[in-house]
Amino acid sequence: MSTQTPETETETEQPSSTSPQQRRMEKKQAKKDQREADEAAAANEIQGETVELKVFRYDPEIEGKEEPRFDSFTVPFEKGMTVLDALIYARDEYDSSLTFRHSCRQAVCGSDAFFVNGRQRLGCQTQIADLDGPVRVEPLPHQEVVKDLVVEMDHFYDQMESVDPFFDPDETPDGELEEQRQDRENRENIKLSTRCIWCGACMSSCNIAAGDNKYLGPAAINKAYRFYMDEREGEQKRQERLEIIEDEHGVWRCQTQFSCTNVCPKDIPLTEHIQELKREAVKQNLKFW
Amino acid sequence: MYEHDVIVVGGGGAGLRAAIAAHEEGADVAIVTKLHPVRSHTGAAEGGINAALRDGDSWQDHAYDTMKGSDYLADAPAVDTFAQDAPEEVIQLEHWGMPFSREDDGTVSQRPFGGLSFPRTTYAGAETGHHMLHTLYEQVVKRGIEVYDEWYVSQLAVTDEDDPNERDCHGVVAWDVQSGEIAGFRAHDGVILATGGPGQAYDHTTNAVANTGDGVALAYRAGVPMEDMEMIQFHPTTLPSTGVLISEGVRGEGGILYNSEGERFMFEYGYATNDGELASRDVVARAELTEVQEGRGIEDEYVYLDMRHLGEERITDRLENILHLARDFEGVDGLEEPMPVKPGQHYAMGGIEVDEHGETCIDGLYAAGECACVSLHGGNRLGGNALPELLVYGARAGRHAAGADMPEPKIQTGPEPDAEREDLGVPVGAPGARDAAVDGGAVEHPDSDPKAIVEATAESERARIETLLEREDGVNHADVRSDLQESMTENVNVFREEGALKQALEDIQDARERYQDVYVADKSRTFNTDLQHTIETRNLLDVAEAITMGALARDEFRGAHWRKEHQERKDDEYLKHTLVSWNDGEPELWYRPVILEGDEQTYEPKERSY
Ligand SMILES: Cc1cc2nc3c(=O)[nH]c(=O)nc-3n(C[C@H](O)[C@H](O)[C@H](O)COP(=O)(O)OP(=O)(O)OC[C@H]3O[C@@H](n4cnc5c(N)ncnc54)[C@H](O)[C@@H]3O)c2cc1C
Ligand code: SF4
Ligand code: FES
Repeated sequence: MSTQTPETETETEQPSSTSPQQRRMEKKQAKKDQREADEAAAANEIQGETVELKVFRYDPEIEGKEEPRFDSFTVPFEKGMTVLDALIYARDEYDSSLTFRHSCRQAVCGSDAFFVNGRQRLGCQTQIADLDGPVRVEPLPHQEVVKDLVVEMDHFYDQMESVDPFFDPDETPDGELEEQRQDRENRENIKLSTRCIWCGACMSSCNIAAGDNKYLGPAAINKAYRFYMDEREGEQKRQERLEIIEDEHGVWRCQTQFSCTNVCPKDIPLTEHIQELKREAVKQNLKFW
Repeated sequence: MYEHDVIVVGGGGAGLRAAIAAHEEGADVAIVTKLHPVRSHTGAAEGGINAALRDGDSWQDHAYDTMKGSDYLADAPAVDTFAQDAPEEVIQLEHWGMPFSREDDGTVSQRPFGGLSFPRTTYAGAETGHHMLHTLYEQVVKRGIEVYDEWYVSQLAVTDEDDPNERDCHGVVAWDVQSGEIAGFRAHDGVILATGGPGQAYDHTTNAVANTGDGVALAYRAGVPMEDMEMIQFHPTTLPSTGVLISEGVRGEGGILYNSEGERFMFEYGYATNDGELASRDVVARAELTEVQEGRGIEDEYVYLDMRHLGEERITDRLENILHLARDFEGVDGLEEPMPVKPGQHYAMGGIEVDEHGETCIDGLYAAGECACVSLHGGNRLGGNALPELLVYGARAGRHAAGADMPEPKIQTGPEPDAEREDLGVPVGAPGARDAAVDGGAVEHPDSDPKAIVEATAESERARIETLLEREDGVNHADVRSDLQESMTENVNVFREEGALKQALEDIQDARERYQDVYVADKSRTFNTDLQHTIETRNLLDVAEAITMGALARDEFRGAHWRKEHQERKDDEYLKHTLVSWNDGEPELWYRPVILEGDEQTYEPKERSY
């Protein structure tokens, strides 16, 4: 059933090749090239526009790339195009070593927080049309750069994990099929805090976090809020949480500058949550730093 | 070399649940995952989790709906076990603090979903998957389970007996994406693949960029058959420009579909006279495309989904996320305008063949979640049935791998030497000269000591990657991938015809041939996504081929699989699963009968009407 022809491995694109397989491939490639050229021409005609991307580049390992620099890419603009789309285009068409994290392209996985035109944003959620060109894309500030737009996230994860980010009730119902009850109102109270996608934008925007490496930071405090305010959680755990967040590097460090709240792609009122936890700490008569 | 009792590959819903279950059995568990767990695609799930929780509902009804939804291509033992275990698993999540939407009395809310005879879909707004993923990850943190995040698994360490049914799995080989270190991971008790769906085989998909079918391809090349791969679910409501999903919850809450004439076509044209918009997904997807093909689409491409009449309060309470998605990704305000929608690739009903403990024919190799096929969804998955599957079958795989005592499985696995092989008359498989660097097939082992096998596999992986990085020029994988995606979308979509399917197989052959010359432009060991995506593309080729082979061979109409030339379900011929075996790079297609005999009843195939 096989129609394979024994072939050498060299350059399938040689024009003088003879096998039917290769001729077919060449024809296909030619057709594809033509189609792409047509499409590109059409796109330019309609939009008559391209976007200029200026992208931060750095690779500690490759000669000539260990000095940070900016590369420019000219990308054909399409309606609805996001910063992530433009980066993907630049990578796939011009330079496959261009490196950035991304996955869901719908603002839920939290991988593609970048510093775009001077502000923390998710690449996939940011429309090119809403930006002034040239579009400048940099890694998140205040985080170590691994390569190009990829930053070290370990510190952020450590802070998230330091607040015991898990539900810990005193007891759960006996019956395996019996639910704990949660008031609708209580769910509403914590709803916004549960939206965090761990993108790290808030932490990167925070001056305090930049100066104090131990500061828990807005995302971790918000995570604590999510559990502290959940009426189902155990009393003892609530006390423990309060102690964690009102530690020297906890809520009292926050100077209500609102930068985290401004950049959060999930519109979580972070500063407000931090303030509320401060009030809780005062109510419980805990120490002031 | 790293050593653990159980190694879970993948940190999505299935992987996290499996890890927790294995840990609860006392095993030393590690999760190895190419994305940090919270970045997994489970987080994108919107609509909900099905489980029979309330008076008036029962696991039997849930099982019945699932079997009917599957168009009788599911295996009854898988369906029954699933429906029986789902309630406990959902309540377990609740006990772990999952922020479900609530009723006035504080109990978990449930809503109607397509193909369900009872409103049994529990949910957390329209962000159910996000909350489920985070709740599970929180429990992993609580238990101190080790996570190797941003480690890419590229090979399984499996013994090399001739018959895959006799092979053992001793671990995996992975590389640390950040540093480039390549290492063996030895698993004393089992490896669980939980790598998610293969949506990237298509260019219009709801799936994440990371969903490249890695686990399916790895298991396949190690000798495990892929099952029912042709059964791809196309979701009827995705945004036309990006493929971003608009949850079925919108129709569950009362959203309405209109064509360009303003007609509610599900009723007007009789596609589903009882359930209308809430008919099962395959029915609605075909209806939409038929409307478009008959000139009643908008811009010849899509139809409208309207939720304005539900009112702002209800929308923000239950579907708020949809407003964000429609605004951010399509520029449409769902409170003011109808949303444009069209079908898009969404879910793979098929996958790695496993039994109801999640085990494959290779001893010690398990699979769970979307990459696996216990055969629960058959020809069509019901909305809200994938998330409980991750829980139920993730937990079972975890327990079994950790050594829990479980009864003999009723579902069989592994290549059957006597089964008849189907000849498609079209060349498939690896063309021309074999090249270890781009093949990624099994490794031969000099001896049978598990550690030596893991190390030998790691060594061969180092050599393979070295070779790929040494090549100075050649083909960019991105071109191969985009051609593959285009061909699959064009030829192996909702409507399928023989000529187009053959064309797709030819295109895949071409792509394979070009892939022989693939090269990686980025020579860095640090965070080399070029290398990673190149290897992923190889996996997509195998998966796409099996999808297309199955679709060509199955000349009937069942569930999501529609054939122009054969528009009827052929029960006397096709109550059987399609299997594709690797057979040293020459794929073989064969069948195994469906099991319709369940715990309490035998499911009788009936006409599906909604
Ligand atoms: C947009 C959308 C909405 C959905 N909504 C619903 C819904 O409402 N209800 C429902 O029941 N179902 C829904 N589904 C289906 C369901 O969400 C998925 O089937 C399910 O989440 C898949 O989970 P998983 O754990 O199998 O895989 P994923 O969550 O995709 O996780 C895969 C994991 O494997 C890892 N991985 C992959 N390859 C490798 C490798 N080579 N090495 C190491 N790690 C690897 C990844 O890093 C990731 O952690 C939806 C699906 C989509 C796409
Ligand atoms: S709080 Fe907002 S900005 Fe901060 S990590 Fe979470 S989603 Fe990102
Ligand atoms: S790609 Fe997932 S948040 Fe942007």
